[in-house]
Amino acid sequence: MYRKEKSIQLKSSSAALYNNLSVLRLPGRQLACFSAVHGPSVNVVSAAADGLGFSHRQLQAKEGGMAVSTSVLTQAAWCVLPSRVLLVLTSQKGIQMYESDGSIMVYWHALDVTEHPPAQAVFARGIAAAGGRFICVGTSSGLVLVFDIPPKGTNITVSEVLEEHHDAITDIAAELGQAPDGAGDLVTADDAGTLCVWSAGEEFTLLSKIPAFGCTCSSVKLWNGVVAAGYGNGQIRLYEAATGLLRAEVNAHARWIYALDLAPQTGKLLSGAEDSFVHVWKLSRNPDTNDVEIEHCHAECVTDTQVCGARFCDPEGNSFAVTGYDLSEIFRYSQV
Amino acid sequence: MSARTLPLLFLNLGGEMLYILDQRLRAQSIPGEKARKDEWTDVDRKRVMNDIITTMFNKKFMEELFKPQELYSKKALRTVYDRLAHASIMRLNQASMDKLYDLMTMAFKYQVLLCPRPKDILLVTFNHLDAIKDFIRDSPGILNQVDETFRQLIETYSCLSAGEFQLIRQTLLIFFQDMHIRVSIFLKDKVQNSNGRFVLPISGPVPWGTEVPGLIRVFNHNGDEVKRTEFTTDGNYVTPQREGSFDLYGDRVLKLGTNMYSVSRPVETHMSGSSKNLASHAKENIVPNPLAKEELNFLARLLGGLEVKKPGGSETGFRLNLFTTDEEEEHAALTRPEELSYKVINIEATQEPGRRAELSRILGEMEVAEPRPPSAGKGEDLLALMDGL
Repeated sequence: MYRKEKSIQLKSSSAALYNNLSVLRLPGRQLACFSAVHGPSVNVVSAAADGLGFSHRQLQAKEGGMAVSTSVLTQAAWCVLPSRVLLVLTSQKGIQMYESDGSIMVYWHALDVTEHPPAQAVFARGIAAAGGRFICVGTSSGLVLVFDIPPKGTNITVSEVLEEHHDAITDIAAELGQAPDGAGDLVTADDAGTLCVWSAGEEFTLLSKIPAFGCTCSSVKLWNGVVAAGYGNGQIRLYEAATGLLRAEVNAHARWIYALDLAPQTGKLLSGAEDSFVHVWKLSRNPDTNDVEIEHCHAECVTDTQVCGARFCDPEGNSFAVTGYDLSEIFRYSQV
Repeated sequence: MSARTLPLLFLNLGGEMLYILDQRLRAQSIPGEKARKDEWTDVDRKRVMNDIITTMFNKKFMEELFKPQELYSKKALRTVYDRLAHASIMRLNQASMDKLYDLMTMAFKYQVLLCPRPKDILLVTFNHLDAIKDFIRDSPGILNQVDETFRQLIETYSCLSAGEFQLIRQTLLIFFQDMHIRVSIFLKDKVQNSNGRFVLPISGPVPWGTEVPGLIRVFNHNGDEVKRTEFTTDGNYVTPQREGSFDLYGDRVLKLGTNMYSVSRPVETHMSGSSKNLASHAKENIVPNPLAKEELNFLARLLGGLEVKKPGGSETGFRLNLFTTDEEEEHAALTRPEELSYKVINIEATQEPGRRAELSRILGEMEVAEPRPPSAGKGEDLLALMDGL
């Protein structure tokens, strides 16, 4: 059972965009940071663990060269690498990377507009740290840009461009637990619902491709070789990352799923959707049959709210946070 | 973000505007024989509706509208509707125009939010168009124009994927972000809370293509189903009966986008309470946009170039009040909260050359506007306007 805790107020409401909440927990410092995007800006809130004292910061999307129109941010996410943590923002114009507190921008990558056909929307979306060294970001043309991140400094370079998807990237996720052999380090998802599993390195290798079944995959997670994918028809599906085999199908939500998160130490899965519900599930593997199992643990109705972001606040999944469209606060829940 | 959003935004808002105007005109109309010179009759009402619909579905206008482009700002779009509302003998004061725009936008925001699938926004649009066709069913010429637009909608949107429709929906929701104006008819029907937020039901039919939540199926490594479990929630969902039609004619099934106003249900908005909302202070353009005026107007200029139907004789135009009395309208103008001001210069389209120059300057045209030759026909005016860009 979870119960609602005190919410965190935001300077502005959250936009109805996929995976619109990122949480950074810095274990040593008892500090949790939250970020959610709205229009051209992102709200970055740092809260002390005791719930008292918040500091707010708003970062702006960088304009393109001409400053013709304001750019909309599509996502913000912290990327935790062994040597540093970066806050990555994706927008209609490109990709911005900041030091984790948002104080300094260390890198800017402008999207190449000519790569896209004229009537198509141009934007970057989907952010994940991979292989202890890279940050991967998706684009609306289906490309995944792999950035090589040095331990410190601003000498970030594009190490590779992955060209396997034909539709706009929706989400990217790195393996959060221990991958069994051949199960891959990274999964990328797109608007058509196609999923690709990769092994990260100097050169990324495609390990398996899970075909679409007619629905957008808006959010994806990878844990112990299991891909958890949330779809536009409200379903959550679990696949074996190594083979692409379907292992479980859940009629989880009545509307489009907007966010998934996973607590790596327990295998708890969190899902949030337009139907106002947030569900907590438990993933496990049957040691005898090796079947992947999923059970429902908790349902939370966020009244009159279309959920757009949902994240666990700790690696066991004892607490989670939720954002919603038009909501100027972050709702928090913890296990009793 | 999506470059295909503007036609849907324009047509649906336009549809809502027509519903409201039709209701107000009916409410204020007097039987023909009894009407004084300054009072509305049924004939006047039909004329106003015809004029506005003709302007709205103007071929050049629609061509421009359907070109892939980013959404206009709220201010720019509001100016387009100002022009549209004044495309006939009807005149609206600032307060009435503000209220009209508030109602239009909150209604469409509600429809977008409650659409079961993103693709259903197209059904909402078709509902509006079906109703518009009914308004002008006695005028085959205009009916043709509307059908043309209908066909263009089908051509443009039928092949879009669900993901692209969701992007359109997300673009619309960004446009409507932080708008919480309370609408009396919504409050009465309990679809809106007293804090201005819409009620999102957790019961009823699931979207077409979605299963009722509850079932978990587990498969073994051979792909065989080995276990089934169920979970329950407070939600009370059922399977939908059928899908709405995306053809030129057909049962849309969805009720969103149909006319919810009638003569006996007056339209009111409440301004109080929304000023306490932190979020409504969100500034739209942090960086001053040097091209903001430019965006204002291919569309609005096209509308401005169309001839205003000059009523014969000494009539200068009938004023329509969106409020119940003139005093109420005045009071609304004085008490409108600052952050809800659209800051739009109320422009009355006229044919006087001097006035036209003023308009052009306000709209930020680059060339020095010269008085236009008075004899130019409708088509030549448009071309002249386009040449001047």
